[in-house]
Amino acid sequence: MKGSFGFLPFIMGTISVTLIALIIAIPLCILTAVYLTEYATASLKNMMLPLVNTLAAIPPVLYGVWGVLFVVPAIQQYIAPIFGINTSGYSVLAGGIVLAVMIFPIMISIMVEVLQTIPYELKSASLSLGATKWETIQHVVLIKAKPGIIAATVLAISRAFGETIAVLMVCGNVPKIPTSIFDAGYPIPALIANNFGEMMSIPLYDSALMFAALLLFVIILIFNLISRIILNKLEGKYNG
Amino acid sequence: MASVKTRLLKERIAKLFMRLSGMTVTASLFFILGTILYKGLPYLSWEMVSQVPQGGFYIGKEGGVLNAILGSLYLAGAATLLSTLMGVPIAIYMNIYIRSGSRLSRLSKLLFDVLFGIPSIVYGAVAFSLMVWMGIRASLLGGIITITFLTLPIVVRTVDELIKTIPGDLKHVTLSLGTTRWEVAKIFIRYIRPGILTAILLAFGRSIGDVAGVLLTSGFSDNLPKYIDEPAATLPLAIFFQLSSPIPEVQGRAYASALILSFIILTIVLCTHILQAKQKKHKI
Repeated sequence: MKGSFGFLPFIMGTISVTLIALIIAIPLCILTAVYLTEYATASLKNMMLPLVNTLAAIPPVLYGVWGVLFVVPAIQQYIAPIFGINTSGYSVLAGGIVLAVMIFPIMISIMVEVLQTIPYELKSASLSLGATKWETIQHVVLIKAKPGIIAATVLAISRAFGETIAVLMVCGNVPKIPTSIFDAGYPIPALIANNFGEMMSIPLYDSALMFAALLLFVIILIFNLISRIILNKLEGKYNG
Repeated sequence: MASVKTRLLKERIAKLFMRLSGMTVTASLFFILGTILYKGLPYLSWEMVSQVPQGGFYIGKEGGVLNAILGSLYLAGAATLLSTLMGVPIAIYMNIYIRSGSRLSRLSKLLFDVLFGIPSIVYGAVAFSLMVWMGIRASLLGGIITITFLTLPIVVRTVDELIKTIPGDLKHVTLSLGTTRWEVAKIFIRYIRPGILTAILLAFGRSIGDVAGVLLTSGFSDNLPKYIDEPAATLPLAIFFQLSSPIPEVQGRAYASALILSFIILTIVLCTHILQAKQKKHKI
């Protein structure tokens, strides 16, 4: 024991898992939210939104079970062989996919709320000039909703950063900087969960772990503050 | 400017992609529940819900997960009760006693919004350090306290949203008739009573499903939880531990536990929907 600690592999693990989740979730969520607010009938919307909210109610551990039983084997047997890679399936990609599904509900519900605040006059002005609905969405709705979409994304990032158990179960937990999406990773929350209870006896180790918790707390605090302030401003702007 | 034909084609393609992503999102829910149902159903039996694990939860092949079911229900029940008892008064105070729009009111709302986003592993780590410092070992009580603080922001935020639906004039009109603020609070509570039940259900659902908060604080035990100062098993932890076992029977117990947990969660979701539908019907 040298008594020196470094968090780089864990920070990189967290960042890579979160990035993969965002790459999957952002386009899917924006498209779904736009579809629900602009195209879908009221009855379809009333059916879809509760389903999305149910996704939010599912505990993280069940996402983890799904990841172990479905995502991990799927990566091992089908996705990785396409690229000619041999992997156990426990990888940052698996963590990213599971996380992406976990942040669907928070992103979609906030984006739908934001999109609903876009004034109807703006859309009808664009439509009356001959723009198609999709062009209106591209050039009017999404531009106007940009701060809200960013806020939703930032909130989702902070949710993804702190997610512990589901990611821990599928990520492989190897303290090494992942170099490909099929490598195992070791995010910060997983580090705390795995080691906190056992390592209190080694001097400085618990301090290092507590620092990891602090790091996580501060990052998430800042992200949450930013997005909440943006969202509160938006709400105030449109509700008068 | 592109021709009308290509513009309409773009519209069609965009719409197709939106439909596909909507379907992917919805399908993921059924995918998750389907996977758990498919794996868990063969292992679900009467012994599973009526017995404690025999011969150690990690290696023993016999028995069920009654210890975890009971532990989870105790823990979530107590934590929900405590956080409701604290959360409802906090929300009432924030809305009736603090002047609305003041810096304090905005700050406290923002604070609870932010607290809501703090991950449960941070709550767990903090609680664990405090427990070590105070010399308390992992116990049901420790878990209850941690989860109470985890669910407190949920209750406060939900009740706060409910109070927002009350017409703003009600407070001023009542006050102008010479009532005290406490009497206004009583009217408000009567107004939002069905909604408080929704908040309770939300908090219960969150607390019964949380792992990271109880992982360090409530420990694990093969016995039925009898005393509040002893370690107790919880369903999510039972799933988490047993899934990593090399023995198929034990893994099966994890699948069955996952199915039981999803069943509990879905029941809560369903109850919430029924309550909300009822509320909408009675809305003036």
